[in-house]
Amino acid sequence: MSQARIARGLVVAASATALLTLAACSGGTPAPSGSASSAATDEKCAAFKDYGDLTGKTVTIFTSIASDSEAKPHIDSYKPFEECTGATIKYEGSRDFEAQLPVRIKAGNAPDVAYIPQPGLLQTLVRDNAGKVIEAGDLAVKNVETYYDPAWKGYGSVDGKFYAVPVGANVKSFVWYSPKMFADKGYTIPTTWDEMIALSDKIVADNPSGDVKPWCAGIESGGATGWPATDWIEDIMLRVNGPEVYDQWVDHSIAFNDPKVVAAIDKAGTILRNDKYVNGGLGGVKTIATTSFTEAGLPILDGACYMHRQASFYQANWGEGVKVGEDGDVWAFYLPSINADQKPVLGGGEFAAIFADRPEVKAFQAYLASPEWSNAKADATPNGGWLSANKKLDINKLVQPVDKLSYQILSDPKAVFRFDGSDLMPSAVGAGSFWKQMTDWIALGKSSQDVADAIEKSWPAK
Amino acid sequence: MLWLLKPETLPEKFAVMILAILLFALVMGLVLAVVDRPKLPKWVPVAGYLGPAVLLITFGLLWPGMLTIKNSFFSRTGADFVGLENYVRIFTDETFVTVIINTLLWVAFVPTIATALGLVYAVLVDRTRVEKFAKTLIFLPMAISMVGASIIWKFVYEYKPASQPQIGLMNQVMVWLGLEPQQWLLNPPLNTFMLIMVMIWIQAGFAMTVLSAAIKAIPDEIIEAAKVDGVTGMKLFWWVTVPSVRPAIVVVLTTIAMGTLKAFDVVYTMTGGNFNTSIIANEFYIQSFNQGQPQIGAALAVILFVMIAPIIIYNVRQMRISEGER
Repeated sequence: MSQARIARGLVVAASATALLTLAACSGGTPAPSGSASSAATDEKCAAFKDYGDLTGKTVTIFTSIASDSEAKPHIDSYKPFEECTGATIKYEGSRDFEAQLPVRIKAGNAPDVAYIPQPGLLQTLVRDNAGKVIEAGDLAVKNVETYYDPAWKGYGSVDGKFYAVPVGANVKSFVWYSPKMFADKGYTIPTTWDEMIALSDKIVADNPSGDVKPWCAGIESGGATGWPATDWIEDIMLRVNGPEVYDQWVDHSIAFNDPKVVAAIDKAGTILRNDKYVNGGLGGVKTIATTSFTEAGLPILDGACYMHRQASFYQANWGEGVKVGEDGDVWAFYLPSINADQKPVLGGGEFAAIFADRPEVKAFQAYLASPEWSNAKADATPNGGWLSANKKLDINKLVQPVDKLSYQILSDPKAVFRFDGSDLMPSAVGAGSFWKQMTDWIALGKSSQDVADAIEKSWPAK
Repeated sequence: MLWLLKPETLPEKFAVMILAILLFALVMGLVLAVVDRPKLPKWVPVAGYLGPAVLLITFGLLWPGMLTIKNSFFSRTGADFVGLENYVRIFTDETFVTVIINTLLWVAFVPTIATALGLVYAVLVDRTRVEKFAKTLIFLPMAISMVGASIIWKFVYEYKPASQPQIGLMNQVMVWLGLEPQQWLLNPPLNTFMLIMVMIWIQAGFAMTVLSAAIKAIPDEIIEAAKVDGVTGMKLFWWVTVPSVRPAIVVVLTTIAMGTLKAFDVVYTMTGGNFNTSIIANEFYIQSFNQGQPQIGAALAVILFVMIAPIIIYNVRQMRISEGER
C-alpha cells in the first residue's frame, strides 16, 4: 500500500515538473503598445481626418514577414495611423503564412487584415470562402484609384469586385552584374536580346577554359524550388509574345502547352540549358536545380560568372560589405527586350485584404493604400529593400539605388508592367506544377513540350 | 484579474505557473482519492479514465479520419461528389505514380535492410568486450531528430564542381579516388536510394537494440545443446538464433515499415520531393497545404492509411503472439 502511495506521489511530482517546464516556456510576447495618447499636431494628422476617431479600437494584422528585423519597419509604419486615430494595430508574422491563413479563415479565426503575397491566393480565398473576405471600403477604393495605376486595382480584384489594396512592389526584370568586370573587359550593357546573346557568346569565347561562364542561376528554394525558373519563363513570354498573349496565358484563355508558350520555354532554354552559358562557378546546367536562389548570384563576386537574372530584392543577398550601385561592386541592368522600343516589366507585390467588416479595419486598409503610409513605410525602412507603386511615394525617401531604379521603371510611362504570372495562376499550377515541372526541365532534362503538357494537365477544372 | 489570462511581468507569470501547478495537483489528488473509495460503483472510475481517451480519439482521430475519407471523394471545395476521380488521377498521373513507386521502394528496402543490419550487428557484438560502446555507436542516430539527420546527410551529399574544394564527405571521397564528384540527390532513381540510406541509418539502431535484447533472452541451454550437437558459426545463426528471435524480428520489421510509410521529414528536408523523390507522406502535405488541392491530399492520405492498416494489424497480432509465448 505504502509503495503504491509513493508511486502515485512520484507520478504527481513528475507531472508537476512537466507542467512547470511548459509554463516556463510559454512566455507570451508583450503586445506592441499603441501610444495613442500623444497630442499630435492637427497639421500632421490632417490627412487622417477621414478615418475618424478610433480610440480604443484594435486591428489585428497577419503577414508572412516574421523576422524581427523585417517586421519592425512594418510595425513602425503604422505609428502615424495609431497616433492620429487612436487605434491600436496588433502585428503578427508567420513563416507558415500561406498554409496558416486558409486554416484560420476556415476555423473562424481570421485576422482583421492580412498581407497576401499572391493575387492567385486572393482569388482562391475569395472563391472558397464566400463572404469571408470583405470588399474594400469607399475610402480604400478612392485611394487606390487616385494613387495607383489601374492595373494594380485589377490585381486586387476578383470576379469584378475589388478586395485588396496594393502595399509593396518589386521589379523582377533585372540582370545583376559587376560594373568593374564589365569595364575591365570593355563589355557594354546590352539593350536588346540579341546583344545580350552576342555578349554571352563573347564571354564564352574569351574564357576557353570554361571556368568562367556568362551566366549563373539557381532555383532551389526549399518547398518553393523552381520559382526563379518560372520568373525566367514569364519575362521571356512578355518579350517574345507581348503583354496581350501573356494575359491570355495567365488567365488560361490559351492553353499552357500552346506552341507560343513552348517557344518561350525553349528560348529560356537557350540560356538556362546551355552548358556553355551556365552555371558559372557552380558546375553544369543541372547544378541550377540544387543551387539555392539566395546564393546563385554570388559567383559574380568571385569573377566566375558575369550575369545573374534576379529581382530587385536580391540586393539583400549580396552580403556585408558589398556595395550595390552603379559605381559599386554589383549593379543591375534591365533585362533587355527583343528590340529596344518595347519595355515590358515583370514584377510582383503584396496586397492587404480584410476579413472583418468594422470601420476601424476599413480605415486601416484605406491608410495602407494612402501616400501617407507608403512614405511612412519608406521612412521606417532606413536600410531600404522596399518600395510600393504608389504614385505619391517620394523617391528621395528610397535609400537603395536599386529601389530608386525599380521605382523609376515602375513609373516609366513607356514601361508595360505585368504581374508575376505564377502568382496569378491557381496555386495548383502557380505554386505547384509550374515550379515542379520547371525543376524537372532543368534537373531531369525533360523537353519543353513535355513540361508544358504536364502543367496544362494539372490546371484545375474550376 | 485579467492578468491571469494575459500575464506580462515576471511575478505575474510565476503566480500563474504556481496556480496552474496547484490546480493540477488538486485534480490529480482528487482523482487518486476518488479511485481509492471502495464504495464507489466500478463504472465511475472506469468512465473517468476511459472517457477522456474515448473522447479524444473520437474527435481527434476518428472524426477527422472520416472527414478525410469523405473529402477524398469530393471536389476541391468539397461541394460536389466526384466519386473515384481523385483516386483515378493519382493512379494515372505520371507524377503521382512515381510517388507511389517511390513509397513502395522505401517500404521494401528500409525495414529489410535496417533489420538485417541490426540483427547481424547485434549478433556480432553480443557478449564481446566492446559491446556497450559498439551498441551506443549504432544507437546514437536514433537520438537525433529526423530533420537533424537529414540536414547532416544533406551536407554529406553536398556537391561542388570538381574545380572547387568539396564540402561534402561523399564527393571528397570520390575526388580522393580520382573520380568526378556526383550530384547524389539529383539523378533518379539513385537519389531515392540515397534518401533511403538516411532512413536506414536512423532505424538500424532501433532494430539492433530490440533484437539484441531478444538474443540475450534465448535460454543458454538451447545454445549449449546446439553446440553439443556440433552446430557453430553461420549454422548456429541461421538455425538457432534467427528462429528463436523470429517474433522480435517481425515486430521490428513491421514497426520500421510503419515508420517508413509515415516518413515525411527526410524527403521534405533533403529534396522537398523534387527530382522524382517524393513519397506519399510528403506529397499529401504538399498537395493539401502548398498547392491548395486538399481533395488529392485526402485521397493520398487514405491510400497511405490503406497501405499501413494491414501492417499494423499484423504487428499487433505478432506482438500478442510473442507476449503469449513468455
